[in-house]
Amino acid sequence: MSAPVVEARGIGKVFGTGDAETEALRGIDLEIAGGDFVSLIGPSGCGKSTLLRLIGDLVSPTSGTLVVNGKEPGQARLDRDYGIVFQSATLLDWRSVQKNVELPLEIMGFPDAERPTRAREMLDLVQLGGFADHHPWQLSGGMQQRVAIARALAFRPALLLMDEPFGALDEMTREAMQQEVLRVWGETGTSVVFVTHSIPEAVFLSTRVVVMSARPGQISDEIVVDLPPKRDLDTREAPRYFELVIEVREALRHGESGSRES
Amino acid sequence: MGGANRRVARAGFSILAVAVVFVLLWEGYKLIWTAMGWENPVRPDDRTMPHTWDIFLTLFQPAQRNGPPFILVELRAALMTLREAFVGFLIGGAVGFGLGVLFVRSTMAERAFMPYVVASQTVPIIAIAPMVVVWGGRANLPQWLSVSLIAAYLTFFPVAINTLRGLRSPHPTSMELMRSYASTPREVLWKLQVPAAMPYIFTALKVSAAASVIGAIVGELPAGLRGGLGRDLLQFSQQFTAAPEKLFAAVLIAGLAGIAFVGLITALEHRWIGANRRLAG
Repeated sequence: MSAPVVEARGIGKVFGTGDAETEALRGIDLEIAGGDFVSLIGPSGCGKSTLLRLIGDLVSPTSGTLVVNGKEPGQARLDRDYGIVFQSATLLDWRSVQKNVELPLEIMGFPDAERPTRAREMLDLVQLGGFADHHPWQLSGGMQQRVAIARALAFRPALLLMDEPFGALDEMTREAMQQEVLRVWGETGTSVVFVTHSIPEAVFLSTRVVVMSARPGQISDEIVVDLPPKRDLDTREAPRYFELVIEVREALRHGESGSRES
Repeated sequence: MGGANRRVARAGFSILAVAVVFVLLWEGYKLIWTAMGWENPVRPDDRTMPHTWDIFLTLFQPAQRNGPPFILVELRAALMTLREAFVGFLIGGAVGFGLGVLFVRSTMAERAFMPYVVASQTVPIIAIAPMVVVWGGRANLPQWLSVSLIAAYLTFFPVAINTLRGLRSPHPTSMELMRSYASTPREVLWKLQVPAAMPYIFTALKVSAAASVIGAIVGELPAGLRGGLGRDLLQFSQQFTAAPEKLFAAVLIAGLAGIAFVGLITALEHRWIGANRRLAG
């Protein structure tokens, strides 16, 4: 266990004012160690995406303290300490696949000579080496999302934030992508915060699953996934995997008692 | 290149086909309405609706006694008007783009200025044109530049409105992505918003190209500028009862000038789209 990349103490987030006020998060305490793969799971409206955006300084907390990579979240963003992947790939249509991966490198002022090399390296990492000159609309949804992952990792951030990245993919592609993301995680050593609403996905990927409940969003449980680090098709059929899936499901039900399960 | 040639050939064919259909309708109307003795909605006689071939032949007859043929004179006039229109188009396009960028950066500027921008377009161009000519004269601007400014007045509006829409078109997550890179507003503008706005801007430029030709033609009248299409169109419309085919022939030339300008913009658009993204459909 290395130094924590995320430390949240008593985080609260309120959107709007007066009658339109909504409490999205309340009393969030969370610590994510370097190299961890942490999934945030919970019903819609539990604030899991909001929590991810707080870590990325895309929104600001109303209360509590948040430290990302040892600094204020705003400073961590300015220092480009994290890469982010959204549910939609958000690739730029007018750029080739390679130029899309180079986008953050251009903005961050990487030398002209280094950008193409690094972009190709990242595309090889997500096994899209042969598609550098394609345009995003020529790729399938899963391939587009792999480009988004390559783009997010191109500048070697300490932290990778993923907001339901495989939510729009079909089941087969989704499982392949999960395998892919684990391989990339193993090769880069980046810490990952992964928002999902899929229980099997959370268990399969994570070292730790953070279970949240809604209205207001709170952490209701944390489950350490003690599956062996190397995960493959056999993992999905292991008894311990099923036990953990049930454990997370129970935690979700417990957190949602009185409210519908999602 | 082969694809481009085929596209041009196909476009040429369909334009020709429509022209033939139009001629058939025109002549057919004349034939039937004359035979039936009908006079509504338009009298079919040669004073009101000259034969299409008379209009066509007018193009190749001398404009003045022993002068060069009509088509040469009017094409030269069209070229002059197009030049004024083009300068106005560039000025108006730049102003429109600038306003779009200003408004996307500052909601306050948009709220303050947008009503005036919209109001500016409800003022008829025939009211604005003489003012611009008088002011331009006081400021010692060359006459053609006053005409260009009138063309710019019609050009800037569609560009401003569409640029603003286009700059706002990127999805919020794309904006979040740029924020996650700690990018400056300038980088967001040039790497995300402007490329995303290009299809909107091209649409506006096509509208503006046509509008700038109208602006230049109308602007030539109060400017009293000779040698352009405006003066000739006015003159031919005054001679309409005596020689109607001249006005029709001049309108044909003016239409061709507008098509040429819009065609140029469309060609640029195809180049940009071809290089950057899939063609629509």
